[in-house]
Amino acid sequence: MKSLQEAQAEVVADFSMYDEWLDKYEYLIDLGHNLEAFPEELKTEDRLIKGCQSRVWLDATVEGDRLFFRADSDAIITKGIISLLIGVYSGRTAREIAEDDFSFVDKLGLRENLSPTRANGLASMIETLRRTAQNQL
Amino acid sequence: MTQIEKIRQEFPELGEQVYGKALVYLDNAATSQRPLSVIRKWTEMSEKYNANLHRAVHRIADLATSEYEATRDAVQTYLNAEFREEIIFTSGATASLNLVAFSFGEAFVHEGDEILVGEAEHHSNIVPWQLLCLRKGAVLKVLPVDDSGRLRVDLLPGLLTPRTKLVCVAHISNVLGLVNPVKEIVNICHSKNCPVLVDGAQGIVHERVDVRELGCDFYAFSGHKVYAAPGTGVLYGRRALLEQMPPYMGGGEMIGTVRWSGSTWAPLPQKFEAGTQNIAGTPTLRPALEMAEALRCEAAEAETDAIKKLILNKLQSDPRIRLYGVPKTPEEKIPLFSFSVEHIHHEDLALILDKMGIAVRSGQMCAEPLMDRFGVTGMLRVSFAPYNTVQEAEYFITSLDRAIKMLEG
Repeated sequence: MKSLQEAQAEVVADFSMYDEWLDKYEYLIDLGHNLEAFPEELKTEDRLIKGCQSRVWLDATVEGDRLFFRADSDAIITKGIISLLIGVYSGRTAREIAEDDFSFVDKLGLRENLSPTRANGLASMIETLRRTAQNQL
Repeated sequence: MTQIEKIRQEFPELGEQVYGKALVYLDNAATSQRPLSVIRKWTEMSEKYNANLHRAVHRIADLATSEYEATRDAVQTYLNAEFREEIIFTSGATASLNLVAFSFGEAFVHEGDEILVGEAEHHSNIVPWQLLCLRKGAVLKVLPVDDSGRLRVDLLPGLLTPRTKLVCVAHISNVLGLVNPVKEIVNICHSKNCPVLVDGAQGIVHERVDVRELGCDFYAFSGHKVYAAPGTGVLYGRRALLEQMPPYMGGGEMIGTVRWSGSTWAPLPQKFEAGTQNIAGTPTLRPALEMAEALRCEAAEAETDAIKKLILNKLQSDPRIRLYGVPKTPEEKIPLFSFSVEHIHHEDLALILDKMGIAVRSGQMCAEPLMDRFGVTGMLRVSFAPYNTVQEAEYFITSLDRAIKMLEG
């Protein structure tokens, strides 16, 4: 498995390949479509990430000291964003996730290109991942 | 240069670019763009006439007050109100509606009384009535819309009871874009001695409003949707009713005399204009309404008709698309279209269209009960102004198809 830093650098490199924002969104849409199917019975209120305009569910399972994430959203771009995040963090140790500063997200330039309410949604996703890891320590 | 191109030059924002593309602004129902005449009046008020109104004897205060009061005359003329004191300046439609909900409520609504509102109302024409009902122990009743979004006026006579104190409907719904038959509603209500309030936030932009012809008792609208400065608004109210209503807020020029033993109120319209008014903003209503009048020209109307035809044709012929607010005839609908696309989230579409340079609205549009009525979490809305062009409508249609293709994957 790649190191966390390597995985983050790879996502940043992939994302920066596209000059046009429309192409970056196309990339996110692809990620969204390719995300592993999420079981309907897991779409529960307690798995909903609060603060997003569209509905986003996040499920975490623990195996040993590692956390595995699954997610879904009823909006495909949001699904692409959460897919990008869990692609980087799923399968890592709780300590690694809890101690990360998530600054690679800033390098994507996503925040600036989302409306303030959607940027809040992104912040909520990050916060949920961090808190889930924190709770395992 | 066509006449529309000339008109567009009056609106600086329309020449802006987003993501290196020409801005196509189709969120006019949220707020309109402002013409140079409005921007100039707005800065002129701050540069030359900045003084508080009605109070001081000095020259600048006098000029500022004249501008302000001349605006009242202009609004009165525009709306064809009988008396100038029937025009109350507020900070917007929401403030106008809250004013009526409070002051009319204090004067006329008691426990067990009823307020009837339309099902397609904006939250601003729902929540103030809910608050009033909570305060007074009154009952809020709903006049439904049918599946095509048309208000069920046929049910109105049956819903009116001797306890109905006010009926509140939009002139035009901000989601459905259908023009409600206000005159018919007023006739039915008045025959049962019930007054009618009209939320004209969209109506003032797209209809030639004559309050005496409509016959309504209150008409509320915001300045910013009809080309004026934000933070401006109007409440038209029938004088006989306004006179019986107590003030909404206290302080400033709304007083007659103030004693520890109690205070008296200024006559209309000052009674309802507490605190320092929007000195720079309110006078922009005058050039704004002049622009609204100028935009009723043949060229703009022909352009709007063509846009409506194009968009309606697209949204009604594409099997993936569900249009909300389906008109029987094009005249029934303003160029405002809310819809959803099968299997695609409205937020995704709005994000992609934004990247293509098109500003649209997505979400609940301040009308959650209506979203529930149609069983959706939100919709996508495109709303055109008279300065929008057929080319922009065409670009929207191609972009929509492209966005759908992208999102379907």
